[in-house]
Amino acid sequence: MQFSFHDSAINASSTSDLIPALRVKDLAFYYGSQKAIESVSMDIYQGQVTAIIGPSGCGKSTFLKALNRISELEGVVRVEGQVEFFGQDIYSRQVNLNRLRRQIGMVFQKPNPFPSSIYDNVAYGVRVFSRPNRVSLDETVESALRSAALWNEVKDNLSKSALGLSGGQQQRLCIARALAVKPKILLMDEPCSALDPIATMKIEELIDSLRHELTIAIVTHNMQQASRVSQYTAFFSTDESRIGQLVEFGATTQIFMAASQSRTRDYVQGRFG
Amino acid sequence: MKQTSITPELCRPLSPARTVFNYGMTTIAFLLSGLALLPLLAILLEILRQGVPGLKWEVLTNLPAPVGMEGVPNGFANAIVGTLIMVGIASLISIPVGILTAIYLAEFSQGKAIAQLIRFVVTVLSGVPSIVVGVFAYAVVVLTVKGFSALAGGFALSIIMLPIVILATEEALKLVPTSLRLASSALGASRFQTVFRVTIATALPGITTGVLLAVARASGETAPLLFTALFSQNWFEGLTSPTASLSVMIYNYASSAYAEQNKLAWSASVILVGIVLFVNIASRIVTSNRFKNR
Ligand SMILES: Nc1ncnc2c1ncn2[C@@H]1O[C@H](COP(=O)(O)OP(=O)(O)OP(=O)(O)O)[C@@H](O)[C@H]1O
Ligand SMILES: [Mg+2]
Repeated sequence: MQFSFHDSAINASSTSDLIPALRVKDLAFYYGSQKAIESVSMDIYQGQVTAIIGPSGCGKSTFLKALNRISELEGVVRVEGQVEFFGQDIYSRQVNLNRLRRQIGMVFQKPNPFPSSIYDNVAYGVRVFSRPNRVSLDETVESALRSAALWNEVKDNLSKSALGLSGGQQQRLCIARALAVKPKILLMDEPCSALDPIATMKIEELIDSLRHELTIAIVTHNMQQASRVSQYTAFFSTDESRIGQLVEFGATTQIFMAASQSRTRDYVQGRFG
Repeated sequence: MKQTSITPELCRPLSPARTVFNYGMTTIAFLLSGLALLPLLAILLEILRQGVPGLKWEVLTNLPAPVGMEGVPNGFANAIVGTLIMVGIASLISIPVGILTAIYLAEFSQGKAIAQLIRFVVTVLSGVPSIVVGVFAYAVVVLTVKGFSALAGGFALSIIMLPIVILATEEALKLVPTSLRLASSALGASRFQTVFRVTIATALPGITTGVLLAVARASGETAPLLFTALFSQNWFEGLTSPTASLSVMIYNYASSAYAEQNKLAWSASVILVGIVLFVNIASRIVTSNRFKNR
């Protein structure tokens, strides 16, 4: 199978120059008493795109949702190990969850705009934390929509319902909404799985342009996409115990062209999972 | 390879037994739907037939005339006003309490035992006969303050409305997709912000429908008012005085021995059904909310 890589991935700088935005140490995650992932240790480097790949049910979404503690809304969950966000343990008691999630934004698999206007969708996160004046809010909304490559399509319809947008536009709106609060990290869980190839391409371009401002972790089932957009790749899988594990983490070129584990090689070549 | 035509297979009719069964079932379903509509139509037609002839402007603007008086304007304006006031009082009590209870049940209780208990009690309450609610309000309010009043009537009606508001609101809140709550939290919103800015806003059409249904139900209740607001031949005299209502007026006048009072009861029925219908239509319009589709 042929992969095309991102320019920066081919001459990826050695990891020693990179600052880990998130440092995951020996993470295990339980839904109730059911262990979903175990012993995951990896870094997500600042200013880089990290792809997370692996067969269905191996815990990719679980891992992502553990990074901004959003999973705690879905039921009783338990975490072992550590996740450090620029050195701060996010599971420490002092951490304010709302402030944490503002710093570590998330885009979900299915576009989930609020049933309100396009403008109000993008302004939502800003309004949650402050009472901005109209001018500065207008600026924030416009720049977020521009960053998400949606501005030209919606600038005349900002007061229209967000639910009237196409699926691809809705997903870019959700990205704009996440960007408007200026997070340091953006977690994306299969952001293109509901989109057609053209909308997918737009979002891939978007990810690339955002890389310079923020750190991105993206879950994807599309190997080509992982190779195109990411500099680093983590391959997750399950064994007989049905518990997700990190099999291999490394530079994207290495994972796709010279993986050290045979399971990784099989998966990226499409012989497994 | 020889291509056999698919046409005979596609155009072959179903077996006679299946055809008969299909048509038979369709006919039966159609007839039964008609049968279900019959009582409703019969009631509406009868009320209109009997009530509309007596429905003049003067009955909407005048007090009931003493029986046997000729040439005096006769009407039930006080009953319309009384119904509106008491349903208003009931709404002021039951809507905030009901919506907040539903928010607790749907958003904050997280399956605690106390939530199950509340839900059970509310369900039971929704099935309590309205005459029992009337007797209860009589014991609690009327006997304590020693007097029939609009407040007591409103209180009794609020007990009728409360479970409807709670159950409908909780259903509406539960229908809000979890993905919206996650999206809100992922932007740093607290649980309260999520509930008040996203969940309720999204559920608003459903909540409104529930509230309006409760209003419609309360407007037509008689039994809770018989023991609490009683009735009055006069204009509304204040929240602590006995107060007229359409439903009690219909109850009194329909069984009266005087033909003109019977006639007035029919006209009042038209007004009452009109109010209920109006509220229901209003709830339909609100439900087709502007953000549902583009
Ligand atoms: N809310 C939950 N409660 C209980 N178990 C869950 C929950 N969410 C996921 N799981 C379990 O955790 C495991 C990992 O699920 P997860 O959704 O993280 O997989 P995934 O890698 O994202 O899969 P996919 O590629 O299909 O999205 C699965 O076995 C799943 O059944
Ligand atoms: Mg997933």
